Amino acid sequence: MSETTRLSLFEAARVVARRDFRAILFSRAFFFFLLGPLFPLVIGALAGGIGGQVQRDVAANLVAVAMSEADTAALQTASDALSDQIGYLPRLVPDASGEPPADILKRKGTNFAAVVTGTLDAPVVVAPEDQIERWRGPVALLAATANGSSPSSFPDIATEPVASSAATSRSERIRTAQAGQLILFLLMMLLAGMVLSNLVEEKANKVIEVLAAAIPMDAVFLGKLFAMLGVSFVGIAVWASFGGVAALLLGNQLPQLPEPALGWPAFIALGIAYFAMGYLLLGALFLTIGGMAATVREVQTLSMPVTMMQLLVFFLAAAAITTPGSPLELTAAIFPLSSPFAMLARAAQSDALWPHALALVWQALCVVLFVSFGALLFKRRVMKSGKAGRAVKGHVGGTKTA
Amino acid sequence: MLTETGFMTRPPADPAAKLAIEARGLVKRFDDTLAVGGVDISVPEGAIYGILGPNGAGKTTTLRMLLGIIDPDVGVRRVFGHDRPHEVAKLIGYLPEERGLYPAMKCDEAIAFLGALRGLPLDEGKARGRDLLERHGLGHAVDRQIRQLSKGMAQTVQLLGTLVHRPKLVVFDEPFSGLDAINQGKLEAMIRELAQSGTTVIFSTHVIHHAERLCDEVAIIAGGRVPYAGSVDAARDRIPAQVRLETKVDTGDWRSALPGDARHDAKAGGNHFWYFPVPDSGIETLLKRLIDGGAGILSLSIERAGLHDAFVEIAGEAAARALAEDNALETGR
Repeated sequence: MSETTRLSLFEAARVVARRDFRAILFSRAFFFFLLGPLFPLVIGALAGGIGGQVQRDVAANLVAVAMSEADTAALQTASDALSDQIGYLPRLVPDASGEPPADILKRKGTNFAAVVTGTLDAPVVVAPEDQIERWRGPVALLAATANGSSPSSFPDIATEPVASSAATSRSERIRTAQAGQLILFLLMMLLAGMVLSNLVEEKANKVIEVLAAAIPMDAVFLGKLFAMLGVSFVGIAVWASFGGVAALLLGNQLPQLPEPALGWPAFIALGIAYFAMGYLLLGALFLTIGGMAATVREVQTLSMPVTMMQLLVFFLAAAAITTPGSPLELTAAIFPLSSPFAMLARAAQSDALWPHALALVWQALCVVLFVSFGALLFKRRVMKSGKAGRAVKGHVGGTKTA
Repeated sequence: MLTETGFMTRPPADPAAKLAIEARGLVKRFDDTLAVGGVDISVPEGAIYGILGPNGAGKTTTLRMLLGIIDPDVGVRRVFGHDRPHEVAKLIGYLPEERGLYPAMKCDEAIAFLGALRGLPLDEGKARGRDLLERHGLGHAVDRQIRQLSKGMAQTVQLLGTLVHRPKLVVFDEPFSGLDAINQGKLEAMIRELAQSGTTVIFSTHVIHHAERLCDEVAIIAGGRVPYAGSVDAARDRIPAQVRLETKVDTGDWRSALPGDARHDAKAGGNHFWYFPVPDSGIETLLKRLIDGGAGILSLSIERAGLHDAFVEIAGEAAARALAEDNALETGR
């Protein structure tokens, strides 16, 4: 009888997942989800722009020349002649103001790193103490060239490139690992937030009691989690398509990441698997919170510690990147919430496959535990009583019990 | 069958009928609040069963335990013989007190979704949903989103979704709440129709008249406990039938025929009303003594106690007052 009088757990989860998947896919939230990656890109571009500007400002190599007119011209000629061969020469700016060198350095609207005074035979470099050694050699070379005491021709330099050292390769792969972790983290946070608001909305709509009466809470949880996972895969497919088009159009102009130790196909496959596990773990936590909270404010209050914890585990996994095999990295790989991040970083840096199989089994086990515990807690907490019962504490109807 | 109060009732449920629901000693506590303190209920298959009590008495918690939405701390419940109600989810339909549908869904989709939760294939659910909407005067709203409906229409859609998979047991939590008189009448008719087709119907209410008009059996719940569970008739029979006598005068030899504790009520028109239990000597003897004593009888009737009187007798004045207040609030809404 039981086979025909109820839906199985997965059938029930499918009913919920199908509804949620369609509802989210055709919602504004999904549109914003698709735009999600644009925000880090824009912020990254802005930050890069500002950073580049800052770097340019910091690395300014303007040097004022406060010498006689003839010496200044000779120095400029020497600079022009040498600048093609020597990259670290200063850009010279004649200054005939007659002001003391210290005042020239402080003058507003300029950005001089040093001032050269004196004569070509005895030049004087005026600059802050920590900068002065930087300009001693270049100014000496320019002065020597200007007064003819330096060689005027330079031999051609042959180049002989070598393969990068082991240290360089590892250091480059860390960039891939970091990029992978960051993308994983952003995606997971975005999705977990969406699944939480989805559940809160459901409680606000009061549909949850209908669901709870018809199917087990585990099925509601699974349905919601996997619907969001499906939505995220649609999103990833859309982004991948746009990425592919961008790659075809822009080719080598796109920033390149070093190839991970396992190769790109395996790294991407593992990235998707770790994303799925990481999201399911975090999503289960957020769903549990959503189940316990009655209002949006309560959700925000309760989800704050989890968000903070998620940041901490992200930092833990990020810190462990540089020390593969260390106790820190092993801890990050074992702790369920940081495990997907740590293992993705490992996929970028190490070519061993078996740890990933082990980690995925462990994470899947944790997902089952998290979902079951969340559903249990939800069932216990969410359906407390009818309309009037909520207000009366310590009473049965009108009879005090404690 | 027409009762003394004019209410239509169904023939009493077969006592040998199988039980749709059986609950023994259900207890549920939320933190330091005892919501339900020991509930025993037996609902025969095919019966209309009412759970009657004021708001906060534990009706919703009891229903949620019966349906497996929450588990009891103590006690057992069986639905169609199963300890775990979800095992027979396809046979059950449930309309919660706090109605809820997805606002973006169309009416037929909403009904089909509710059916799918109970194992009905989506396509079939949609087809049945369209048919049900048509039959209940909502054919024009099939393609409308729930958010575009009035509250009453949305409530009807959810009700139809509760029934779309043709359940054997239907549980309504305060189904009349928020409905106008016309829709209350329609719902009463629907409940009777369901019962006539063999479906067991359980509903909770704080409106005695609904229970009295519809139910074969009731559980009176107050303070999280069930002081009475059984047939409506048996509940009313707990209070002896009363004689209601109307006379022209209030004095005379005939007065000695009345018991000493007879309640007297003088009306503005000059007539007098007397209420007292049917005497042991029988109504004929009483009648003879009144006539012989020159009472000037205008009317005499034997009145059977209503469910309200039974509720007061069983649950106490405080619970009855709470019930009356809930009714007043409901009416004022």
